[in-house]
Amino acid sequence: MSETAKTKAPMEPLFSKKNRKLVTDPLTDNNPVTIQVLGICSALAITVQVEQGVVMGAAVLFVLVLGNLIISLMRNLIPSRIRIIVQLVVVAALVIIVNQVLMAFLPDVSEKLSVFVGLIITNCIIMGRFEAFAMANKPWPSVMDGLGNALGYAGLLILVAVFRELFGSGSLYGFPIFGSPIPTPDSPLGTGLYAMGYMNNNMMILPPMALVIVGVIIWVQRSRNKDLVESH
Amino acid sequence: MESTLDIFVKAIFSENMIFAYFLGMCSYLAVSKTVKTAVGLGAAVIFVLVVTVPVNYLLENYMLKEGALAWLDPSLADLDLSFLAFIMFIAVVASIVQLVEMLVEKFAPALYGALGIFLPLIAVNCSILGGALFMQDRQYSTILDATAFSLGSGIGWFIAIVAIAAIREKIRYSHVPAPLRGLGITFIITGLMGIAFMSFSGIKYGKEVKEDKVAVVVTGMNTNTVNK
Repeated sequence: MSETAKTKAPMEPLFSKKNRKLVTDPLTDNNPVTIQVLGICSALAITVQVEQGVVMGAAVLFVLVLGNLIISLMRNLIPSRIRIIVQLVVVAALVIIVNQVLMAFLPDVSEKLSVFVGLIITNCIIMGRFEAFAMANKPWPSVMDGLGNALGYAGLLILVAVFRELFGSGSLYGFPIFGSPIPTPDSPLGTGLYAMGYMNNNMMILPPMALVIVGVIIWVQRSRNKDLVESH
Repeated sequence: MESTLDIFVKAIFSENMIFAYFLGMCSYLAVSKTVKTAVGLGAAVIFVLVVTVPVNYLLENYMLKEGALAWLDPSLADLDLSFLAFIMFIAVVASIVQLVEMLVEKFAPALYGALGIFLPLIAVNCSILGGALFMQDRQYSTILDATAFSLGSGIGWFIAIVAIAAIREKIRYSHVPAPLRGLGITFIITGLMGIAFMSFSGIKYGKEVKEDKVAVVVTGMNTNTVNK
């Protein structure tokens, strides 16, 4: 037994340090959105509410992990001239599944996300990870890489959505945090903080504020880690 | 009812691809360092949008929509293939981009020199697929409207990327806080430009009778008399 084990190359444990790093790196210093600049396309428009951010994050997680796995399994069979089309077909098939599931089980979220579910296909994060990682690595590390990047993406999405929903609508995941702004006979301004004259910042609901919030997140992240600062 | 011109103007300004929907942000951020490359990519986006959206419109209306296959055979009238839309649209976009690349290389080498490196990028530009999906979502009544929408969106995207590239060329000479340099400041500037573009949402579309006009004239006269 021991001899056969010696002749074989040592099997890497499933959760070795290297594989764990693949998952944890994209969460912070190699975040797909703020550092690699991937996947901004469809991300920002759907961060008005946390719920949409969570659903979108889950959808991208599913597509990226499975897509990375499939592409990684096929990586030696794909001729490099037509690889973009092959990758697009794989993503499109996975996104169709996601869209059908959303329409069946979460019809109102699906309605709100409208075209942005379809736009997961051209989400740069997916093509970017296929090209940069899955085409050159074994299936298991590719799955880990997909998991890490999708979680980093979802994390940023939810962070932006928390700011926008909390200050824009005064709620989190649909639950009111600051009380209700609807006037009652007792208090004409509403209840909770609203009774003291607090008002929602409607600016936060508008699309441009998503960009400004991401800009500020990048600012905070790069001032904490000087290595990430760009020259220009 | 919106006229074709309304759809065109709306697509450029109040429903700008970048500032209202963030479509094509990846290439917008990556290729906006100089005005020259930005013009090249912007032109390529206009071109590809104008070619792909009408093709996808025909595909949607004669193949994918519920009952769209009725022209082939009456028994197919209750067939709904719209779940295939994503894969069909992206296949059309990818193959047309490839085709356009080959044609441009053959017949307009000068243009190919200018656009060449950007064309493959465009297959995965969200604004192209976004154009097709919005066209499907909004159900334009004629192919002319769909084309006007695609031309307008392309021009809107062009304006946005050329404007940000010009700003980024100039901002190199100013003192941006170090952690904000590059990506961070570009995001914030885009946000501010988006706020500026929101002022276009005040444009009134469609043929509505303007009743306010009389009231404005009357109040204007009143203030005049008061001033005198």
